[in-house]
Amino acid sequence: MPLVKDGRPAADTWTTLADDAPVPADGAVIVSLARWRAERAALVARTAPVGVLLPSDAPADAPGDGIAGLALIAVAFPKFRDGRGFTTARRLREEFGFTGTLRAVGDVLPDQYQFLHRCGFDEVELPAGRDAAAWIAAAGPITVAYQAALRDGGPLGLLRRRVA
Amino acid sequence: MTYVAPRHRAGIYHYDEIDRQFVRERVAQFRGQVERRLRGELSEDEFKPLRLMNGLYLQLHAYMLRIAIPYGVLSSTQLRGLARIGRRHDKGYGHFTTRQNLQYNWIGLADTPDILAELAEIDMHAIQTSGNCIRNVTTDQFAGAAPDEVVDPRVYAEILRQWSTLHPEFSFLPRKFKIAITGAPNDRAAVRVHDVGLVTKRDGDGNVGFEVYVGGGLGRSPFIAPKVRDWLPEEDLVAYLEAVLRVYNQYGRRDNIYKARIKILVHQIGVARFAEQVEAEFARIRGPFYRLDPVLVDAIRGHFAPPPFEALPAVSEAYEEARRRDAAFAAWATSSVHAHRTPGYASVTISLKPVGGVPGDITADQMDAVADLADRYGFGEIRVTHEQNLVLAHVRRNDLHALWQGLAAAGLASANAGLVTDIIACPGLDYCSLANARSIPLAQEISRRFADLDRQRAIGELKIKISGCINACGHHHVGHIGILGVDKKGEEFYQITLGGNAELAGAAIGDIAGPALTADDAVDAVEAVVNRYLDLRTPGERFIDTLARVGHGPFKEMVNAAR
Ligand code: HEM
Ligand code: SF4
Repeated sequence: MPLVKDGRPAADTWTTLADDAPVPADGAVIVSLARWRAERAALVARTAPVGVLLPSDAPADAPGDGIAGLALIAVAFPKFRDGRGFTTARRLREEFGFTGTLRAVGDVLPDQYQFLHRCGFDEVELPAGRDAAAWIAAAGPITVAYQAALRDGGPLGLLRRRVA
Repeated sequence: MTYVAPRHRAGIYHYDEIDRQFVRERVAQFRGQVERRLRGELSEDEFKPLRLMNGLYLQLHAYMLRIAIPYGVLSSTQLRGLARIGRRHDKGYGHFTTRQNLQYNWIGLADTPDILAELAEIDMHAIQTSGNCIRNVTTDQFAGAAPDEVVDPRVYAEILRQWSTLHPEFSFLPRKFKIAITGAPNDRAAVRVHDVGLVTKRDGDGNVGFEVYVGGGLGRSPFIAPKVRDWLPEEDLVAYLEAVLRVYNQYGRRDNIYKARIKILVHQIGVARFAEQVEAEFARIRGPFYRLDPVLVDAIRGHFAPPPFEALPAVSEAYEEARRRDAAFAAWATSSVHAHRTPGYASVTISLKPVGGVPGDITADQMDAVADLADRYGFGEIRVTHEQNLVLAHVRRNDLHALWQGLAAAGLASANAGLVTDIIACPGLDYCSLANARSIPLAQEISRRFADLDRQRAIGELKIKISGCINACGHHHVGHIGILGVDKKGEEFYQITLGGNAELAGAAIGDIAGPALTADDAVDAVEAVVNRYLDLRTPGERFIDTLARVGHGPFKEMVNAAR
């Protein structure tokens, strides 16, 4: 599916595996949380990168101490109204020090892109059928923010900072 | 009335170019969204959350646009701008709400980007006036003026306004989130019926800190917020609120919108466990990243510096003389003039509750008149109260009589502030698609019934609050007499409650009294309850105190008998 990364369309080099699909010898794969827990040793023994998909009700500590072995964490947004993923991302970055790729997956709106970015997401997997360019253009940029978050572009006086 | 240039600038947060750029970018973004909607590229379902983030509701008959008035403070320039928009894009008026906001009830979708652009020109917007985000922070309408004030709450309300604006993490919460803050022990901001209530205070060394209440709210399941912290140092305000919101965003219920407010989370897991989780998160994130720098607090405080008051004697002979001479003025002054901490000054309530009028409605011409009077007599500053009235916070006592004459000329000199006809009412079935019953006609009927000012003054302080459905936008739960619209087989009925109270000490949810009544019977019941109170009270006793002393029984009898 199309990706948006750093505000531009990008190719997806990851394969999302169904739980009953065999794990290929190489290639980057995203597995479910259950599979990650059950097959972690085998998954990290491969040479290719592995990622996990967190459902929206999984807290940021769900990957557990294996988090260092993950190159990507995808966070599900079953509905754009379900904003738990914003907190999950910030906790992964700020509390658990996750430095791999954070991907938002599911029902997200273009107007949420900047919020996702400032909560630590690197990329968004677009809902099926969306054209990445139109999606990006739809959200005119806001260049000023009023609170501390991730990826600040520098202070502007008072609580304000430059973003985007 | 001729225009008088403001003598001094109002005590509002003054935008600079950075703030303006932010609002302009936001307008441009919304313009694009509206164009996509009008071209059919966005479905109503996709457009809805976007318009709600910009205060645009679809009501029964038209779009409604809700304008944010941060903590209810406006400059005269802003009020004139709102008048202009009311003329150009609405039917020549606006409606002030219990959330210290302004609503235009008759808006065309295609006009909204232009309205927002016009708002941007007066440093205003409609961001976060709806949606599941942190809403407009509300506070005491006498902030910076009240004699009992310990700390000016506007400083922190402004900090919270900025911090919560398009917060990346907390814009898609389980449900809306309302913060109220007071800086005086006499709580005029109803902090304990908000998701977060803050009482600003000082310790023995003069340091500023906050008492924090979490989980209050009205609506379907009303709760008075429990205290979760007795002392939060100023520098931790943002960190602690981040922690509260973070716990809520993760664990608040999302399966049922009626159980999604933070009050339900606090109630279900218990305040002790909730506080524990917040403290754990707070301990983790406390540090330089979220620390509220005292230098920044000072810079914000600078925006709210007191206006240049003159040194005046505490007693104004001119005012006292006018009161003796003019009984109508004296009656107005008794209900509308409030003590000020500066000698020779007063705060003034402008009642938006004329007999038979729509509570909170104001015409564009009246807005202009108030703006002019504010420039002449009130340092160009106007406040909106949660009781749907306006306030001029700083008026020389010497000017009160002239101000009153100016208000009377604009039809704004009702002498009923704080009395039984100073009724709060939500929009109800006249506008609102969720309503069971009309609120406004009932408020109008009650105010006609009690029109006689001498009778109102004999009754004294009595707060009637009306909501058209259980969502409680009209605060009926905390009305001394509350009235709730209910639907009985498709007909409008009203349920009366007694003994609600929004003040910090004594905050209480009213008890249901008797059966649901027709509109006519409900007005009769209110009158009978008031008459019973007059029979039962001891000299000087307020309605709410009589009720507490004698119990609800004698009053319930009156409600039952009204059917
Ligand atoms: C006409 C459009 C309106 C709609 C659709 C609407 C909708 C709602 C809903 C659904 C609730 C219940 C929220 C909950 O319990 O989770 C609510 C509460 C509330 N609304 Fe409104 N409302 C409208 C107008 C207003 C107006 C005009 C005001 C101010 C006068 C207002 C102020 C409030 C207040 C104070 C509450 C209760 C406090 C609380 O949030 O617990 N609303 N509204
Ligand atoms: S209380 Fe009900 S009827 Fe009144 S404005 Fe709120 S939702 Fe509408």
